[in-house]
Amino acid sequence: MRPTAPLGRRRVAVMATIDVGVYRVLVAHDPDGPYPWPGQFYMLSTVERWGGGEDDRPYLPRAFSFLGAGREGQLSFMFEDVGPGTRRLAELEAHDELWLTGPLGNGFTEPSDGRRAILAGGGIGVPPLAAWACELDGRGTEPRVLLGFRDAAHATGSSMVAHGAVREATDDGSVGHHGFVTDLLAAELDADDHAVVYACGPPGMLEAVRALCAAREVPAQLALEAGMACGFGACYGCVVPLAEGGYVRLCVDGPVLDADRLDAVPMHA
Amino acid sequence: MIDFCGLRLAHPIINGSGTFDAIAARRAFGDALLERFPFSAFVSKTITLAPRAGNPPPRLWEAQAGMINSIGLPNRGLDGYLAHDLPQLAQLPVALITNVMGSNEAEVAALVEAVDARPEIAAIELNVSCPNVRTGLDIGADPASLGALVRAVRPLTAKPLIVKLTPNTADVAAVAAAAEAEGADAVSLINTLRAMALDPASGTPWLGGRTGGMSGPAIRSVALAQVSAVALRVRIPVVGMGGVAQGIHAYDLISVGAALVAVGTENFRDPCAGTRIADELKSLQNAGSGSSSVNVSEPQPEVELNCGNS
Repeated sequence: MRPTAPLGRRRVAVMATIDVGVYRVLVAHDPDGPYPWPGQFYMLSTVERWGGGEDDRPYLPRAFSFLGAGREGQLSFMFEDVGPGTRRLAELEAHDELWLTGPLGNGFTEPSDGRRAILAGGGIGVPPLAAWACELDGRGTEPRVLLGFRDAAHATGSSMVAHGAVREATDDGSVGHHGFVTDLLAAELDADDHAVVYACGPPGMLEAVRALCAAREVPAQLALEAGMACGFGACYGCVVPLAEGGYVRLCVDGPVLDADRLDAVPMHA
Repeated sequence: MIDFCGLRLAHPIINGSGTFDAIAARRAFGDALLERFPFSAFVSKTITLAPRAGNPPPRLWEAQAGMINSIGLPNRGLDGYLAHDLPQLAQLPVALITNVMGSNEAEVAALVEAVDARPEIAAIELNVSCPNVRTGLDIGADPASLGALVRAVRPLTAKPLIVKLTPNTADVAAVAAAAEAEGADAVSLINTLRAMALDPASGTPWLGGRTGGMSGPAIRSVALAQVSAVALRVRIPVVGMGGVAQGIHAYDLISVGAALVAVGTENFRDPCAGTRIADELKSLQNAGSGSSSVNVSEPQPEVELNCGNS
């Protein structure tokens, strides 16, 4: 089950970097960390020049769900250059060094009651779904994987999902279904709704998946994102409001939450 | 070992209140946290009489060499703290300092009395960055309000009483002097500086609480000046903090008169920052050199600039 992180941050080397369309995949070598559970995340920053970039940032480490993990400590992450943190990380080359803390948080929970697994998401939400598809496939239950992207340049992200039966949708119709991932999900649930949905993606997409599953009374687990300073419960920054009232910290009580705990997916990051 | 108000501490590095959740960190890192606890004493987050959910998100903004937070002091309330948190915090291998805040003297008195009754708690820190209902000013911004509060609660406990000062005031040394005069055992500073960030998309305040508190390396020089000013004014021990990220920063605060140094925002970047900074500080102290030449035991007087209006 969920492994516990070694205490403190570790200095690890970048083994390789790969460009996948608009995304960058970074493979690190983390020999001292435990094998993580899909949906868990790490806090990353660079050893050199973390800071002093655009607007004198970045300053805080950035949270990333892992994309893949190897038994010899290989650990991969996927991101798009969208701000000072990801811009600095995108500059890294092999043999550069990272500070890494993790694995942190709770990941996905396996299907029960004989339900089949449907993984739905897209964009930068691909990594935890790719890791979960790999885990489920290894247990002999090939999941259905539904991925939505803006356009063909972003749809290259689906090549990172090496397991499961993948279907794609794009907003502009350049790859796969012309429309949203929720169109694909609705069709899947029309065919057989004895399922559990695992979702990760931009807030708008995640909220659409949550609403669809809620309307059909299909259980869903959402891998959420929020601005996070520490990743281990210290800063109380990464909270989301719960349906029952109050807040929950995504870092220690998530980042995967049962969808029925939320009234809605928060739209801020 | 260091003697701080009768507490025997292994080194001078502790955490700032609200910058490290030992219970959550133990969930994340397991019992290794107890075996290699980063601080020589643990300061709890602020406890209030009633439970608080905290401020609506967004709660964080990354700033230039720092961050602005608007967390809003979420906590289980006094009863929840004593029943749920305290048994877990009592398992830590270091002295426990409990930070409390109330919106009036009666509330603070109730908190201090309840904390005083618990032997697991070694010392009490008062968060006085709370608005006075009558004046609208933070209690800790005004020497008279702060003095009255300390006078009211001092007799209620024999435990060391630390007053956590706000930097959002005209004369922090005068506030510190008021705390000392009414019997505080120590003062700690600086709390975060009031700050604001705008959402680039809308031009309206980003943080759910509109304004927040600035912390991190950006405030280090402000902290050094305020700690220096306070250490020159009072004889009680001073806990210095603000942007400490390396041993040299702690060394500098000690050079201007701090007895202990607290690490805050750097904990977010490095969960073992306390251990690292304590080690770096020890190396500097053994080498007997740092960025400052001021002798710890003989603080140098500050040059007063008299503008003719005081």
